[in-house]
Amino acid sequence: MIEVKDLQKNFGDLQVLKGISCSIEEKEVVCVIGPSGSGKSTFLRCLNGLEEITSGQVIVDGFDISHSETNINKVREEIGMVFQRFNLFPHMTVLDNIMLAPLMVRRISRNEAKNRALSLLDKVGLSDKANAYPNQLSGGQQQRVAIARALAMQPKIMLFDEPTSALDPEMVGEVLDVMQSLAQEGMTMVVVTHEMGFAREVSDRVIFMDQGVIVEEGNPQQIFTDAQNERTRSFLGKVL
Amino acid sequence: MDVRWDIVSGYMPAFLKAAVMTLEVTAISVTLGTLLGLFLGIGRLAQAKHGIIKYFLLLAVRWPAALYVTFFRGTPLFVQILIVHFGVLPLFIHPQDGLLISGELAFEIKSNYGAFISGIIALTLNSGAYIAEIFRAGIQSIDKGQTEAARSLGLTYGQTMRYVIVPQAFRRMLPPLGNEAITLLKDSSLVSAIGLAELAYVARSAFGSTSRVWEPYLTISIIYLIMTLGLSVLVAWLERRYGKGD
Repeated sequence: MIEVKDLQKNFGDLQVLKGISCSIEEKEVVCVIGPSGSGKSTFLRCLNGLEEITSGQVIVDGFDISHSETNINKVREEIGMVFQRFNLFPHMTVLDNIMLAPLMVRRISRNEAKNRALSLLDKVGLSDKANAYPNQLSGGQQQRVAIARALAMQPKIMLFDEPTSALDPEMVGEVLDVMQSLAQEGMTMVVVTHEMGFAREVSDRVIFMDQGVIVEEGNPQQIFTDAQNERTRSFLGKVL
Repeated sequence: MDVRWDIVSGYMPAFLKAAVMTLEVTAISVTLGTLLGLFLGIGRLAQAKHGIIKYFLLLAVRWPAALYVTFFRGTPLFVQILIVHFGVLPLFIHPQDGLLISGELAFEIKSNYGAFISGIIALTLNSGAYIAEIFRAGIQSIDKGQTEAARSLGLTYGQTMRYVIVPQAFRRMLPPLGNEAITLLKDSSLVSAIGLAELAYVARSAFGSTSRVWEPYLTISIIYLIMTLGLSVLVAWLERRYGKGD
């Protein structure tokens, strides 16, 4: 589903990604962990072209993102993304937030878009907030709306960029619950997170990144209890 | 000082007609200027990451837009009005050799609507430059995350601007846009120099035929004041109306 070959990314003189290669299968749930500044978020943002790739190759759902003739909008229709800071559209109601892309990009009917939005709101437990504005919602509720908004495009892949890092502690659970049920339904997910509990419980594979490279990857059991690399062990020792 | 109310009341119909002309010119110029400003403002921000398009946007869009704004902000509106009326308009509409319209029709248009057309063109071109800066600042003030969220949903750049960025920017732009409209309303008095029968022009002719300064000029001052106050109220109402979600 996702194929990354020797991905490099520079910001000016700063090399943030120093050659990342990995592949992610359909229905796989992959958590990317690592210290701040390790390049996790940049890596994730390269997967849907939010960051321009300096060199290397990223192939998502058969599209070569690094190729300049690829219509990036078409690729993004199939990749949902959830941000740390939610990024809901503050001038629209919750319902309009969710309906916008299906209406404008998928060009489905208003009725269908509305039904889809309402059933997604039901799924994330926010049926009663359809006509609220984002600033009337708590952080956890906003993030659940953001997930529903991404799902409304019926994407094949969902990317999560530290989805719980900006939340008050008591709201982390409600967002993780939604993500967990999504994983159980078989969504292909790439999750950059500091929630080690989630990585351990829900993911099929954990990637540990540090200083722009993948230091170690494996199933959660292996990474959390039997990490081979010293840097992985030292990181986990600090956060667990 | 004794006020000659007969001058005020005698010229009142003319003042009111002139006030309508002032409002018309202002409303049309603000509307067209806002459209022009929107495109110029977006043009000043246009950029691409790749190859030829990158240089095309820079040379054919960004620089001309910047040049335009520099010129129209950096020269007096009064001079712009004169240039448009006596220089640009005759180039396009001229009985002998108008590029756009010539002959009898050109003569008709020039003598009946010349000042009106020139005034609107000059005020539009001028306000477009200021409004472009208002749009640019408004668009740049919107969090980058909004663009990223919209683009990650598959929306194109144009759709992102249209449905996500500009509506939010517009809300923030209302106060400076209101200022610009008020400035333009007052500056429309400069169009009197090319003979458009708006407030300042009618006051001047009243002054000319009665040799009284206070009556006509105080009267139009009050009329201007009423109109600018009305605009402020309108802007405040718009701010409330579009303030949802903020």
